[in-house]
Amino acid sequence: MNERVEKKNILKNPSFQAILTSLVCIVFGLFIGYIVLLIINPAGAGEAIKTILLNFLSRSSSAAQMKALGNTLAKTAPLLMCALSICFCYKVGLFNIGAAGQYEAGACFGLYAALAWNMPWYVCLLIAALAGAVVGAISGALKAYRNVNEVISGIMLNWIMLYLTNMMLSKKEVKDPASPYTLKLSSANADGLIPTAGLNELFSNNKTVTLAIPLAVLFAVLIWVILSKTKFGYELKATGYNKEAAMYSGMKEKQNIIVTLAIGGALAGIGAAFLFLTGYQEWSTTQTSVPGMGFNGIAATFLGGLHPIGTIFASFFIQSITDGGALINKSIYPSQISDLISSIIIYLCGFVLFFKFALNNWIDRSAKREKAKAKDPEPAKAAEGGDK
Amino acid sequence: MGQEYAIEMVNITKRFPGIIANDNITLQLRKSEIHALLGENGAGKSTLMSVLFGLYQAEEGVIKKDGKEVSINNPNDANDLGIGMVHQHFKLVQCFTVLEIIILGVETTSGGVLQMDEARAKVMALSEKYGLQVDPDAKIEDITVGMQQRTEILKMLYRDNEILIFDEPTAVLTPQEIDELMVIMKNLAAEGKSILFISHKLNEIMEVADRVSVLRRGKYIGTVEVKNTTKEELSRMMVGRDVQMVVEKEPSKPGDTILKVENMTVASKLHSNNAVKNVSFEVREGEIVCIAGIDGNGQTEMVYGLAGFEPLVEGKIILCGEDITKASIRHRSTHGMSHIPEDRHKHGLVLDYPLEYNMVLQRYFEPEFTAKSGFLKKKDIRGYSERLEAEHDVRSGQGPITIARSMSGGNQQKAIIAREVDREHKLLIAVQPTRGLDVGAIEGVHRHLIEERDNGRAVLLVSLELEEVMNVPDRILVMYEGELVGELDPKKTTVEELGLYMAGAKRNLSVDANTSEIEESEVVDNTREGKEEAK
Repeated sequence: MNERVEKKNILKNPSFQAILTSLVCIVFGLFIGYIVLLIINPAGAGEAIKTILLNFLSRSSSAAQMKALGNTLAKTAPLLMCALSICFCYKVGLFNIGAAGQYEAGACFGLYAALAWNMPWYVCLLIAALAGAVVGAISGALKAYRNVNEVISGIMLNWIMLYLTNMMLSKKEVKDPASPYTLKLSSANADGLIPTAGLNELFSNNKTVTLAIPLAVLFAVLIWVILSKTKFGYELKATGYNKEAAMYSGMKEKQNIIVTLAIGGALAGIGAAFLFLTGYQEWSTTQTSVPGMGFNGIAATFLGGLHPIGTIFASFFIQSITDGGALINKSIYPSQISDLISSIIIYLCGFVLFFKFALNNWIDRSAKREKAKAKDPEPAKAAEGGDK
Repeated sequence: MGQEYAIEMVNITKRFPGIIANDNITLQLRKSEIHALLGENGAGKSTLMSVLFGLYQAEEGVIKKDGKEVSINNPNDANDLGIGMVHQHFKLVQCFTVLEIIILGVETTSGGVLQMDEARAKVMALSEKYGLQVDPDAKIEDITVGMQQRTEILKMLYRDNEILIFDEPTAVLTPQEIDELMVIMKNLAAEGKSILFISHKLNEIMEVADRVSVLRRGKYIGTVEVKNTTKEELSRMMVGRDVQMVVEKEPSKPGDTILKVENMTVASKLHSNNAVKNVSFEVREGEIVCIAGIDGNGQTEMVYGLAGFEPLVEGKIILCGEDITKASIRHRSTHGMSHIPEDRHKHGLVLDYPLEYNMVLQRYFEPEFTAKSGFLKKKDIRGYSERLEAEHDVRSGQGPITIARSMSGGNQQKAIIAREVDREHKLLIAVQPTRGLDVGAIEGVHRHLIEERDNGRAVLLVSLELEEVMNVPDRILVMYEGELVGELDPKKTTVEELGLYMAGAKRNLSVDANTSEIEESEVVDNTREGKEEAK
């Protein structure tokens, strides 16, 4: 009897399941994307999907490939930080959709510190983290003391922070007077740039490849360790699973909620610094939509199987198809196609949990069918013998 | 005989990872009988009923209705076959009215508009016919548990169900409500409904059931006619050994005062009055003091005040000589207070944590379980959990790594008790520690409480079960509408007298007197005879 119960289907292994379902999501997303491309213009569909998937590999020379890969990695770091922010809060039972707003706060104060006060990069990084943490803590305090859903306060703060950032970064000491963008960091304050530490050499001298990338990976490992191995993680998760039991056990459950969202905010804030302090791009003070980084982070979190380590790979994949989408032949497809296709794929990445559920159902059913088959040759007898 | 069965479950086997919940079980329900299903927690009763109701699929075995084999793949199939279930934990939408809940899912509409009048007439007719009093327009959140249950029963009747499953229906009811329910069940059977009554309360089964089927650890033990059996035989069948029905204990030897409560007043969350009014009492080491009373008379709030969940409006709490009125929950729990909470799912456990994590819920930060660096000592936590499981016979599918949610209610409670008793403490507050437990487990809990007392701990027991109130404690304090109205000696008093106090018809304590001055000698010296007389 025991053998039968203990013999485990490999499909039931949780890690294997997480990876499998993520892959299924990706394939499914690509398939739907392909169909959409076929409908718009069948001629270039295969080529377009190939371009999205290959991304940097579709470049002609290996030097250009490395440079493009460097760009993708440079944008993966901030995405990974946003994904970690959401993943961390999700593990503690909070849905941090406000990561986008915390990211904006990080961009706002990180850039302001670099451009207006000429601070070195590490101080700017800290200021960005702090700014994100404060915004996160606002949602946390509202949730803890007034039971305001963090999704509602998060979404509202996303917009508040967007316009606050636009306003702050429109000041004359930080904004380029000739364009809507902030000043170029490389000319305004080279110390504010995160050092490349030689990493740029590996990517055809792509200066946007900086320490931010290994640091982001380090943060992923750190978050994983905190959640699964420490007293701090034990407390936070207990609070997330059951606030009342956390109170009963003497934890400061209100404080824990605030701390969680503050840490989530700090991670998203650092994410912004990892983009804007590399000189990859400048903040556009006329933008009227919340940056997608925070939202793509949600997809990366789920695609990464809600595991900090998984989000590393998921973030890279999502960033890669986003960049790949930009390379689609614009003479065949309208220019919006790249965003459309990558968002379809990202959207379907959110279906990981659904696929997991479907997979488990399928395993159960096939197990039952096999049992029924095994029973057939020797009906009642075999069953009885096995159970007594 | 065969064709007279309303429903038959033949050779049902259902497995879960690491456990066989139902092992070749046969259950046959005759038409218009009340058939009790008896078994300890984790014996497989709820699983069997979930199979019947279509929530689980059995791996082996068949279900027959009126002699014909049927397949039940989901609750809708069960409904179509006329099977209805009153769940142990009601599944009702809080903001709906009673009437809306009853017709939910089977609404009569005309052009998309609800036809409530017709439904109301039918509900009222059913309510009258079976003596199920409800207020059709009251909101679920505002009505008593008893009325919620009557609503669930009406829901089944409204759907013309012929087979009614009651899953431990009395666990949440007051004694009076239980009596009413028994009458209702008999009415239903007399009207031709077939009833499956899941319970582990022998008194109720003896009173209401025609036949009993007994399960033990997932196996079918047998079916007996109630009129041909006794409580003792049933409990032997259920537990597999003789069960002590009367609690054996030595007279208590109270020592120093451990807990002293002075003029405690606690606000109510439900209304603007105070839930606990000016309550004063003491608990000494080596004695069990029981707070008795009908549910909702301030016991819960009093415990919340003691445990530090709610601030006091007024008064003082002194634990081992230290004023803890304003102390944090953690301070109380590390300075001598253990607490078996009333609601084990809400407070007692983090249901999504593994058992081992739950075992250290108040101790995880101690050097024994957390290194100086802040890392958890997982090996020590596992070892500790394994020890507690072994010592307290906590059964689970996968040992320390079992997710608490997947354990049976009785084993969840055992785990909490193990955790609270094993911690260093001087005072144990046990709030309805046997709620929802079976005879065997109740005996274990009572033994634990008395062991605690004999080890010199002070035990404050809050109970709604009369049998428990009469048998376990050394002193009884009766709570009525937030006040302590009586202090009784369990060896001298009778159930009837206790009932008068609980109903507020009698009192021997004045509101503002500091009350615990009953003569110690009286408590200690009384012999067992007094109690025998009382019975």
